[in-house]
Order: sequence, then structure tokens, then C-alpha cells
Amino acid sequence: MGNFIDVNGVWKKFQTRSGEHVTALADISCQVQEGEFVCVVGPSGCGKSTLLRIIAGLVPPTQGQTVIAGTPVRSPRREIGMVFQSPVLLAWRSVIDNILVPAEVIGLPSGQARRRAVELLELVGLAQFADKFPSELSGGMRQRVAIARALMHSPQILLMDEPFGALDAMTRESMNIELLRIWEAQRKTVVLVTHSIEEAIFLADRIFVVSPRPGRLSDVLDVKVSRPRSNRSRYEPAFIELAASLRGYFENMHSERMQ
Amino acid sequence: MSLSARYGSMATLAALGWPRLNWRRIAPPLVTGVVVLVLWEALPHVFDVPELLIPPASAVFVALWKGVVGGIFLHALAVTLTEALLGFVLGSASAILIAAVITRSEMLERALMPYLVALQSLPKVAVAPLLVVWFGFGIGSKIAITTIISFFPVLINSVIGFSTVEAEKLELMRSLVASRWQTFRIVLFPNALPFIFAGLNVAIVFSVTGALVGEFVGATAGLGTLLMQMNFSLDIAGMFAVLVLLALMGMALHAMVRFLHRRFVFWAEAEKAERNGS
Repeated sequence: MGNFIDVNGVWKKFQTRSGEHVTALADISCQVQEGEFVCVVGPSGCGKSTLLRIIAGLVPPTQGQTVIAGTPVRSPRREIGMVFQSPVLLAWRSVIDNILVPAEVIGLPSGQARRRAVELLELVGLAQFADKFPSELSGGMRQRVAIARALMHSPQILLMDEPFGALDAMTRESMNIELLRIWEAQRKTVVLVTHSIEEAIFLADRIFVVSPRPGRLSDVLDVKVSRPRSNRSRYEPAFIELAASLRGYFENMHSERMQ
Repeated sequence: MSLSARYGSMATLAALGWPRLNWRRIAPPLVTGVVVLVLWEALPHVFDVPELLIPPASAVFVALWKGVVGGIFLHALAVTLTEALLGFVLGSASAILIAAVITRSEMLERALMPYLVALQSLPKVAVAPLLVVWFGFGIGSKIAITTIISFFPVLINSVIGFSTVEAEKLELMRSLVASRWQTFRIVLFPNALPFIFAGLNVAIVFSVTGALVGEFVGATAGLGTLLMQMNFSLDIAGMFAVLVLLALMGMALHAMVRFLHRRFVFWAEAEKAERNGS
């Protein structure tokens, strides 16, 4: 199994409004295997969302390139499904019509698309909510709709930008379990950005640790917590050790910056 | 009729989908209306105001009845309504179209918006005489005026609407490699609808004003023309009757826009309430 996503010496420099040059990402290189679940962890503002957008082809890198399945990324492509920090649902469309947006854009036959949308609604546990409107759903339900929508066009890759960042802790934990269940059922390659250490360990096969200003890939960690995972996995020694060492890592990062 | 029979019949009416009369809600405005009508009828007599200046309510009703039965009112109403509605539709449709086009290009927006904003502050009725010269005394010049007058509020609001969109919604469409037309149809246009309707609400009221002013400047038919004719012959009761008709027409047009608003932008209220709530 070769490298499915290959990020190669990627730099990103911005110019702020005041004319200041900011290096958001410095020389990032990393690889993701097919079917792998990778979490990118780092403090806010470390450029991890920018990295995700570069992989998605939404933002061009200043230098370096990303290769997906052997082809360099120059613009967005349809083998990727995106989930954003907010659900980004269209308020004027019912739940099922929101999930059908990718099918509409790509031009899938509508009967087939509808059947698939219903299946996806069942997968995310919202079968009875097909005809509701986004305003009638809770925050967690909305993000589940967003995940179903991202899976609509059967992308091989799921890119998720802090998808549960806006949810309360309890909903977040149950969404994590939900996401793993979906991932086990569909076996997509997932790259998920988060600033929660626990979330990253709970979900990932490997964790990319990004340090801020400029954003550098400072470590890649294997998560040895056994699968399938449940809430009990959080008490496994492997989980607790990794959480402790990651927390130490970020504390060091923080104190170095303070000096 | 016995009480139970009365409530029985009301219950069946409710079952048929008739709204039950809610007297707590209906009574206050009804009382106000009756009081105003009685005062209107009585005060000219009490203070000895000549009927020529302020005709009593009854005289206005008689004039209204005669005008409607005689057919002049309905013809004039049809003419003014056509002018207002056609101008409203033409003006707002072209405003939405132009706003959609210029907001797609930063260059176009920068090149055109300052002039459009400057034109917006010009009182549009000032060009009415010019339009009568160009399009004549017929219905054409009035439609031109109502078109121009409805155009601007819809344009400015649509431009804001098409520019006020969550960046992530556009990113979602980009990530799906959507065409510009798809992005417009699926995200931009529905997203702009609350703004567009804010413009339409203003435009529908303006369009009636536009039609009237156009008719004042020069016309052969319509409620404004009728108003001028009655003014010359000092038919004050008739003028009041026309005003009543104008008010009813304005209310009907506004109700039409509100109906469309509720039908197509039902989702915006829920969204707004929620944003304020959280």
C-alpha cells in the first residue's frame, strides 16, 4: 500500500492587511496511507486548518506540493468530502435536500441519489429527520447531516476541520463514537484536524503534531490503542500514556514560546 | 336559536377550516374604526365645516358606491394597478439580474456601484416629466417611471444579499467543483432572498407612488388622473373615495409581497431567532 496522500515540502506564507508577512506553514512533509485515520493536532492558530485546505486544493501552497493517488493537487477534486467546523447547512433546504447537494452538483441520477441519501441518513442515525429543516435540529444532529453530505458522492477521502469543535463535551464524545462506526463501515481515508488531545487519540491511527508560528510538523505518533474503540478505550494504558506525553509536549511548546 | 345550537354551528364552521372569531383580538380595532367613522360623520356637522371641504363619511361611501357601480373607478383602478405591477415586476427583475451580474465581478462592481448609489439618491419622480416626453401620455411612460422607482431599492438590497454569504458555503461548493451557475442557483440566490425581499417590500410601495406621480404629470387614465379631474371639479367626496381605493390597492399589493415572502423565505425567521437565542 503506497502513500495515498503525499504532502511534500509545503510552505504557506500570507500577507496580512497591515502588510506583515506571516509564515503559516513551514516545510511540512507527511504521508497518509489509504484507509488510514489521521488526526492533525495543534494549538489554535498553528496553521492546521490551512494544511487541510491545501490538501483539499482550496488554498494553493506558496511552495511545495500535495499529491493524491499519484496526481498533484492543483484545485479541488471530487474524490474528497469536506466537513467544516460549522455544519454549513443550507437553511432553505430540508435535511435530505442538503445531503443531496453534492449529487445535484455532480449530476448523479436523482433516483439513485435519493436512495443513497436515505441510506446515509440511516448511517448517521437521522432516518426520521429527512424532511426537517436545519433550524429544527440540534448542533450534533446538524454536524451528522454535514458528515452524511460529505459522504454523498462516495469520496475516497474525508477531510474534517474541527468538526466537533462547536459541540458540548458529551455530544462530542458520542459523535466521536459515531464517526468511528461510520469509518469502520465505509473505510475512507480520513484526515481530521482538532485541538483536542483526547479526540485525536480516540479516533486516530496516527497523530500529526503541529507546533505554531510557523506551523511545523514537530512529531508523528502511532496510536496503539486497540480497535474497535469504545468509551472504555479511554482507560487503556496506551491511551492514558499517550495523552500524558502529548499534554507534556504542548506544555513545553507553550513555555518555550513564553521565554 | 338556543345557545348549544349556536356553539354547535360554530364548531362545525371551525371543523370546516373557518377560523374561530377571536373577539379579544378583533374588538379593539373594530371599536377604533367605528369611533373614527362616527366622529368623521358627526364633527363636520358639529363644527359647521362646509361639506365641500370635508365631506362626511356617508358622502364618501355614496361616492365610492357610485364610482364602482358606474365603472369609472374599476377602469381607473385597473390602469393604475397595471402600471404599478408591471413596473414593479420589470424593475425588480432587472435589479436582481443586474445585481447578480455585477457582484460576480469585483471590477464591474467597483466600476458601477458608485454611480448606482449616486443615482439612488436622486429623487426618481424628478425624471417623470422627461419620461412623459419620451414615452407619451399613455401607459408606457407610467410603466417606465414605476420600473425605475422599483429598480433601486431592489438593486441595492440584492447587491448586499449576493455579497453577504458565509465563506464556508462557497468553499463547500468549490470543494465539489461546482460551476458558477450551480453555486449561484444552489447557494447565492436563495441566500440573498431575505435581502431581496427587503427591497421588494419597499419597491411595491414605491411603485404605486410612481404610477400616481406619473399620472399627475400627464396621463389619460388611472386613479391619479381621476384624482386630478375631481380636484378641478371640486368633487371632494369623490377624491376621498379614490383615496380609499388607493389605500385598499396598496394594502393588497403589500399583502401579495408578504405572502411571497412567507412562502419563499420561511426559513430565515427560524435562523434569525436562533442566532439571537444562542
